[in-house]
Amino acid sequence: MDTLFLAEVTLAGLGAGALYALTGVAFVLIYKATRVVNLAIGEILMLGGYAFLGFAAGLGLSPWLALPLAIAAGGALGWLVERALIRPMLGESPISVFMVTIGLGSILAGVVQLGWGADPLRLPEFMPSTPVFIGEAYLAPKVAIGFVAAAVVIGLFLALFRFSRGGVALKATAADQGAAYSVGIDVPRVFSVAWILACATAAGAGVLIGAIGGISPTMGVFGLSVLVVVIIGGLDSIAGALVGGLLIGLVEALAGAFLGGEFKLVVTFALLLVLLMVRPYGLFGTHEIERL
Amino acid sequence: MAGPAVLDVNNVEVVYNRTVQVLRGLSLQVPEGEIVALLGSNGAGKSTLLKAVSNLLSLEDGDVTAGAIRFRGDDIASLTPHGLVRRGLFHVMEGRRIFEDLSVEENLTAATFALTGRKLPAADFDLVYSYFPRLHERRKGLAGYLSGGEQQMLAIGRALIARPSLILLDEPSLGLAPKLVEEIFAIIARINAEQKVSMLLVEQNAAVAFAVANYGYILEMGKVVIDGPVEKLMRDQDVREFYLGLGGAGGERSYRDIKHYKRRKRWLS
Repeated sequence: MDTLFLAEVTLAGLGAGALYALTGVAFVLIYKATRVVNLAIGEILMLGGYAFLGFAAGLGLSPWLALPLAIAAGGALGWLVERALIRPMLGESPISVFMVTIGLGSILAGVVQLGWGADPLRLPEFMPSTPVFIGEAYLAPKVAIGFVAAAVVIGLFLALFRFSRGGVALKATAADQGAAYSVGIDVPRVFSVAWILACATAAGAGVLIGAIGGISPTMGVFGLSVLVVVIIGGLDSIAGALVGGLLIGLVEALAGAFLGGEFKLVVTFALLLVLLMVRPYGLFGTHEIERL
Repeated sequence: MAGPAVLDVNNVEVVYNRTVQVLRGLSLQVPEGEIVALLGSNGAGKSTLLKAVSNLLSLEDGDVTAGAIRFRGDDIASLTPHGLVRRGLFHVMEGRRIFEDLSVEENLTAATFALTGRKLPAADFDLVYSYFPRLHERRKGLAGYLSGGEQQMLAIGRALIARPSLILLDEPSLGLAPKLVEEIFAIIARINAEQKVSMLLVEQNAAVAFAVANYGYILEMGKVVIDGPVEKLMRDQDVREFYLGLGGAGGERSYRDIKHYKRRKRWLS
């Protein structure tokens, strides 16, 4: 076997995996704080890509201004969704809330189609295009940038949870809502902040993914792969999302290269199946049962 | 009673799930600086009252349907649970409810959110450690690995961090060895005296509760049936028999003595 080819596939796989991990972190953040399974995460990510397009191409802003604006737009959407859709559902059965997020996903995909049409679009080029070589292996520059950006953001989140007071509030709320209230934590605010951070992160990931592969209203399907990632990693574990994301990215790339593109999903879901039989709570998840 | 009331509960009724009435016109007061004990059997509504006071009932689908609860003169109905904590009302919940996957120190850090928006000096972890030196030894360890007694100490320690003017204590003796119960109640009495904190203490263990409290209320089926200063309650024949486990003048009584139950029943109506 050609080791150089293997190395290149592995690098590309890790690059894609980092973006899975980043979106997985967004998913985990919401699940951890609010116990909401947010199936609209793929569509929120898509909206991030379209927001970037709107700011950069539509309004003609510099991409370096459009990027933070797109991330902020994602955060604003997260705030709005939590206030308008999720908070009124507090105390309802998890499956109702879960259905609300599915509905939200469809609405977002529809809105994007109304605004920009159903065809795939390309984002304006804004990243440097000098090829990156690690040893002799070639890595597409956008994938490398995506990897680094994802690594930095995930590292920030991990540090935030480990060392900051806000991280304590989030972990406390995740562990026991009643007790969190009883020590003076503003629980609704924790919910709000978790949604804002998560949706901003997803929107940022959407710009990175859109820059690599273009954007389209069906981009939300990416959310399905992310669901696999977080189920493998454990729904409430950031480290799990990180490991699961890299693993799925790698497995997809290797399966695509050696078995053919049509085997990507087969292999991913086969892996999910086997893993769930061995570890029903994912690699790092808390052992408890959530029925949906 | 000495001093103005920190907490004034007036004719409160609580209904769970819009169907089950738990409190039926309950009234009580906690005067400034005192420890008030609230006794009663299982299901009498003691914990429900505390949750009504700290505004945590809504988490369990409970509602205050009548009456008013005032904390230092303010009606609590318009305040959020965390808002109340930030005004100085701290609820140490039943079963301790510490955050098990956080360290001891992080548990105390969580309680510093109670100081948000108040003009107070920074949180004083050393104060907690001076009352509970054992927590200092284990401050880096996960709270879930503490013993039951240490967990109760941590729960009370979180309350100390919040610098409250009133602490609601829900069964601090729950599941602890008698020796530990004594130790913890001694510290509760010290905190009351040294930190000038008023306390509303819910207990099943009447003997330890009376040892620290100034005033007592006895609850049956969601109503106060007897109340009075602790010295008076200790002399009351019914209280001695049913709550302190002391027989009447005739020594031990037989369970066959049916009048025993009749007298108890009188309270229910």
